[in-house]
Formats: sequence, C-alpha cells, structure tokens
Amino acid sequence: MRIFLAVLARDLRLSLRHGADTLAALLFFVATASLFPLAIGPAPDTLGRIAPGIIWVCALLAALLPLDRLFGADLEDGSLDLLLLSGLPAFAVAGAKALSHWLVTGVPLLLAAGPMAVMLRMPEDAIPALLLGLVIGSLLLSLFGTMGAAIVLGARRGGVLLPLLVLPLLTPVLIFGAAAADAAAGGFSPRPHLLLMGAMLAAAVPLCPLAAGAALRAAAE
Amino acid sequence: MLKAESVAVFRGERLVFRDLSLSVPSGGALVLAGPNGAGKSTLLRLLAGLVRPAAGQVLWDGQDAFADLAAHGQRVVYVGHQDAVKPGLTAAENLRFAARISGKSIRAALEAVGLENLADLPARMLSAGQKRRLALSRLVLSAAPLWLLDEPTLGLDVAAIERFGRLLAAHRAGGGLIVAATHVPLPLDNVAGLRLA
Repeated sequence: MRIFLAVLARDLRLSLRHGADTLAALLFFVATASLFPLAIGPAPDTLGRIAPGIIWVCALLAALLPLDRLFGADLEDGSLDLLLLSGLPAFAVAGAKALSHWLVTGVPLLLAAGPMAVMLRMPEDAIPALLLGLVIGSLLLSLFGTMGAAIVLGARRGGVLLPLLVLPLLTPVLIFGAAAADAAAGGFSPRPHLLLMGAMLAAAVPLCPLAAGAALRAAAE
Repeated sequence: MLKAESVAVFRGERLVFRDLSLSVPSGGALVLAGPNGAGKSTLLRLLAGLVRPAAGQVLWDGQDAFADLAAHGQRVVYVGHQDAVKPGLTAAENLRFAARISGKSIRAALEAVGLENLADLPARMLSAGQKRRLALSRLVLSAAPLWLLDEPTLGLDVAAIERFGRLLAAHRAGGGLIVAATHVPLPLDNVAGLRLA
C-alpha cells in the first residue's frame, strides 16, 4: 500500500509539474462542448435535448487525450523499469496509473460537466443523473483507457491505435450514461442504467488493471 | 546468493544466448564483457526479472527468483542505460519515489554522488554526466542487495568514477552483490568475469 501511494504521489507530482498537459484535456472538453451551440444554433429545445449526448461524447474524447503519454513517457526514459521493480505487482502499478488518470483528468471533467450542462440548457432535473452517470463513467474511462494505453505501449503508431482499441470498449458506457440522463429528462427513473454501469465498473476494477499489468510486463520485455 | 542455471533468452525470433550459467556469492561482483549485441543488457534485464527466460532458471538463495516477481523487484536495483530522470522535476524530486519506498534520506544519496548543491535544480539543466550520477544515487537510496548496472560509468568524470568505486566497495562489504556490464574497467577489485560471445 505504501508503494502504491508512492507511485500515485509520483504521478500526481509529474502531472502538477506539467500543468499545461493536464489542463489540455479540460480545455478541449470545454472548447468542443462550446462549439455545439454555435454550429446547431441557440434554440433551447434542440440544445437541451442533445446536451447529455454532447457532454458524454466530449468527455469521452477529452479523457482519451492524455492516455498516449500515460505510460509512453515512462517507457521512453526507462522509468517504467523502475516502476516494475518497485516491489509492487504490475497490476497494482497499472491500478495506480488508472487512479492518477482519474484524479487528474476525470475529476476536472466532472467539475466542468455541471456548468457545461447548464450552459447547454439541459433540463435541471436531469443534471444529477448526468453527473452521477459521469462519476461511474469517468472511472470506467480511466480503467479501460489505462488498459488500452498499456496494450499499445511500444507499438509504432500507438497514438492512432489507442482510440481504435478503446472506443469500441467504451460504447456501452456511452450508451447507458447518456440513456440515464435522457431517462431523467423524460421523467423516468435513471436507476436501471446507472446500476448497469455500476455492474460494468465492478467488473472493470479487477480486470482492467490485470490486463494492463500483463501488457506492461510484455512492453518492458 | 544469485545463481542462473543454463538459461536461454529469445528476443523476438532471435536466440540471444543459451546454456548460460553464472553464480555470484554474497559480497561478490561479476563483470559482463563481450561485443555489442552479445546480450549483456539482456542478461541484466533477465536477472532483474524484466525479461523471462525461455529455458533454465534463476535462483536466489536456492529458491526460484521469479516465483514472486514483485518480491524479486525489491531485491534488485537496476540502473539501465537510460537514466530514468524526469526533466521537469528537480534532482531531489526525481529521487523522492525511491526514497519513499526505502525510507532513506535523499540528502545523503545526493551527497554520495556529489550532487548535493544541485538538489533544487530542475533535472533538465543537469549535464549528461550529472544525470548519470543522479541515476546512480538511486543505488544508495535503495536497500536492495543486488545491484544490476548497465554501463554505469558512461559519461562520468575521473573523480565521479573514484567516488562510485567507494560506493561499490561499501555495498560489497555489506554483503551486497553486483553484476555489471561494461566495456571499460570498473573501479572494482577481485571480480569474476563472464564473457558473452
């Protein structure tokens, strides 16, 4: 546990020091979501109707941005060897990386999603369902993203391969996350959608780090 | 006590070496020599547990070293030919991860390689030799008994090599093991040699 926290602290310090990279995902999210009213027009009915979809798609794409460097920088400068030799099993190293990705990318996106939903004229009573879905969804994004980043590590065009690998895996998250917010906007209960996402999270928490850990060992070899 | 028994390693489709056996006693040092591409670095990564052998086994105190890779990681400090130095962090911050794991003092580690005055300088301002010294200071920070060194003196000046020699001697006096790959003579006495063809 002590080593797990050391890996986490190291990654958070690196993210803090490279503030521009860290902020890039958040600014990308805000900028792309703001483009929709300009392209579609400011009619509140239309915007409010598609707001959950806009926020979900933008959050998903923004969370993919920093994945390329999640392990890439460590592989290039030899730090990955040190992480694997730190005395922590490889799956725990991957778990710490996923957690740091969530803290650095997922949490700021969550904080920005509320104001963006208001800006896009989303019905007020649907916003809690959207945010609750995003809490679970952003954790899933970090877990699947970490797994994808570990698998493409060392591949020649890893940055291109990564979205192709991760986006299909994330479509169920997108479907149920947006459906939860839609259900709440239509006056239905978002509960079944959120429970299904919870089930996906329960499966992803143990499985994704295991797969990512095995991929890290293969990449170090 | 580190032992390898007739190990073989493949890199992709190519057989790097086979039937290779070695043994390093407590307090011992082994220097790997051989032409470029002979497999010195691969052997070091094998002993670290980063590369898996295709045949044979590596033993630590008579037990299979790779039965628990995480536990083997704690027995090993590996200094590869990359320095693993993050340019955005200061010299001291670069060592904080290793220091948190072992609980040892960063200051003492920097003093051991003569970098104590540059502790707060961003690592991107360090010269190649200073970065190398920063990487070597992780050896002092760690409590692991087995040091695996890949061309450790690359880029070091004469004084730094001499200081590094004292670190190596102190580690061996404490019962530590050293396996080093190098093309230049290391400041070590009574070492065993292994030549890879």
